Amino acid sequence: MSSDRLAVRKTYKLYVNGAFPRSESGRTYEVTDTRGHFLANAAWASRKDARDAVVAARAAFRGWSGATAYNRGQVLYRVAEVMEGRHVQFCEEVAAGEGISGSKARAAVDAAIDRWVWYAGWTDKLGAVLGGANPVAGPYFDFSLPEPTGVVAVLAPQRSSLLGLVSVLAPVLAGGNTAVVVTSKERPLPAVTLGEVLATSDVPAGVVNLLTGDAGEIGPWLAEHDDVDAVDLTGAPAGRAMELERLAAGSIKRVVRPPAEEPDWTADPGLSRLTPFLETKTVWHPMGV
Amino acid sequence: MTENPFQYAPAPESRSIVDIAPSYGLFVDGEFVDGGGKSFKTVNPATEEVLSEVAAGTAEDVDRAVRAARRAFTRVWGPMRPADRGKYLFRIARLLQERAREFAVLESLDNGKPIRESRDVDVPLAAAHFFYHAGWADKLGWAGLGPGPRPLGVAGQVIPWNFPLLMLAWKVAPALATGNTVVLKPAETTPLTALLFAEVCRQADLPPGVVNIVTGAGDTGRAVVEHDDVDKVAFTGSTEVGRSIARAVAGTRKKLTLELGGKAANIVFDDAPIDQAVDGIVQGIFFNQGHVCCAGSRLLVQENVHDEVIASLQRRIGTLRLGDPLDKNTDIGAINSAEQLARIRELSDVGVAEGAQRWQPACELPARGFWFPPTVFTDVSPAHRIARDEVFGPVLSVLTFRTPDEAVAKANNTTYGLSAGIWTEKGSRILKIADQLRAGVVWANTFNKFDPTSPFGGYKQSGYGREGGRHGLAAYLKGSDA
Repeated sequence: MSSDRLAVRKTYKLYVNGAFPRSESGRTYEVTDTRGHFLANAAWASRKDARDAVVAARAAFRGWSGATAYNRGQVLYRVAEVMEGRHVQFCEEVAAGEGISGSKARAAVDAAIDRWVWYAGWTDKLGAVLGGANPVAGPYFDFSLPEPTGVVAVLAPQRSSLLGLVSVLAPVLAGGNTAVVVTSKERPLPAVTLGEVLATSDVPAGVVNLLTGDAGEIGPWLAEHDDVDAVDLTGAPAGRAMELERLAAGSIKRVVRPPAEEPDWTADPGLSRLTPFLETKTVWHPMGV
Repeated sequence: MTENPFQYAPAPESRSIVDIAPSYGLFVDGEFVDGGGKSFKTVNPATEEVLSEVAAGTAEDVDRAVRAARRAFTRVWGPMRPADRGKYLFRIARLLQERAREFAVLESLDNGKPIRESRDVDVPLAAAHFFYHAGWADKLGWAGLGPGPRPLGVAGQVIPWNFPLLMLAWKVAPALATGNTVVLKPAETTPLTALLFAEVCRQADLPPGVVNIVTGAGDTGRAVVEHDDVDKVAFTGSTEVGRSIARAVAGTRKKLTLELGGKAANIVFDDAPIDQAVDGIVQGIFFNQGHVCCAGSRLLVQENVHDEVIASLQRRIGTLRLGDPLDKNTDIGAINSAEQLARIRELSDVGVAEGAQRWQPACELPARGFWFPPTVFTDVSPAHRIARDEVFGPVLSVLTFRTPDEAVAKANNTTYGLSAGIWTEKGSRILKIADQLRAGVVWANTFNKFDPTSPFGGYKQSGYGREGGRHGLAAYLKGSDA
């Protein structure tokens, strides 16, 4: 094979309802590396794309939340398996987008894959760790169980384009929620590749929807959307979190506020990103009558 | 009621056990002090008799209370040995038990609820909440919230009028057990048991400033929620006010929990034991005059047993006794306020105007006070306002279904998600339906049961956070997993 073969370049598109559409708006924007060199034209998602993504996420919720915890764990583990096969591609995209060395990019990709494994193992432990029987003072059997909140809108971290993204997305899925994610604006390419991984990993269509574009533009529509149950504002543009939280109040959404600075994503996440998107259901039944 | 075979002689509980002062101040830093606002009257809703005049806290009063709470948190309550904090709470639980009758009578006078309920439900459960949380104070490391959970600081708490003392207990007990101090704003129409609770805090020698009670109306509550030095806001009340609170704390560090409205479906399948179900339906909607956020206000009954259930329900409602809340035989007491009565009347009239069939038993209402008879609407469609809006009164809307899937779809067809009921003899159906209902509390073959060990709270627009159980502690702690 000749080495001067003309490469087939990839078109980076949105990932919505298991398919890869362009933005309905027809808009794209230029993605560069940290030194300003052209990398690709990414789809620039619009309000309409966000609404389509919410519809897809809502439709997928019943199936995903109703799957057994064992099944969800296997699906998330499969994401790690498929990511491993694309390790080199992820390293190149992360290194170019984040302007870090090859070894640092490798470490980030390794950690991102391992994070899926960590959350894959959580799906069937949450019920036991967060639920239990309640010893009420009467002849009743009473138990509480965690259940997913519903459709979660995630504004993904702006800097950590893959590890940060996986760190906010995987826990949403592990709990049984479906997600609409606005990716890093400047560094969206690893997210699009992650969409390709998800599409081939037994994750049902609509469970994850990835929108490349501007969280400052789409964020308010998602924060306000009545069919979104929770918002993660981690990647909200500076100075916009209060406005987004106020919009979210309209339908009493669960809100994860952004940290003062983007955290060190390599740290052990504990349960801190699982519990904000879990409800507790308590069931009572009489005993002996 | 005509031809009622259950005629009872009056059996009123004596009110001599309570001693209501002609006026009350705010409870700040362990002392009763004057409030800066225009004081207001609290009335007995069963007679419209003025019970007392109560101080209204201004923003300055709230600021004084928050500063007292902050001092107490920093100097006394925060550094205190957790086991000692627990012992204070055990003391309070015991004092509530010792003075239970006094609290029950006062609650019924100020709120209008039957003494049977204040005596057997509100007050014992309030004491139980303190007893339960007392035990947590020195065991928080085992609560599953990560290692070394820490208190937040000062909690601002705003509570409703439907269970005045019990809601106080739900708020204050977990806050104190986890090492926080509180500024509590009771409801405008029901401040008296909170003020009696202030006296209990003094009897328990609780350090000044740990519990502060600032009475007043909406403005006072807003001052509590918006105070810069409050670390935690806990609110129980309407979804509308909950929304404005969520907006007010947006962009702050304040941790927020909301327990808001509901429109619970109570689902009766055709294999349910009808007599038990009917009692559960009555308990679900007429308990506390229906002033219950988790009330079973939408009855979903399987079509083939509709007529049988309704006939039996009407027969049962005909035996309910409405009247003097202090009478030990009373089932249905007074509506809490003229304002709430007006809202119930309005929605009930809308129900008729929209085409539903209204049924009320022949029922004589007392001449004075605020009263509304138990009411059942049939032929209700899911689009009717009485099927969608929270009435917060003794008004039941009946809808029908044919299949379990339809029951679930109709039950979940609401912006609320606080509670639900299921009546069937089939265990596997209970578990399936309970799994599919988007509601925080599901009562199967029972309704309106509460316990401090059992987490309570909503899905969707019924709010977030839980009260009670291990889960309720998370609302008042910070730590890796809280």
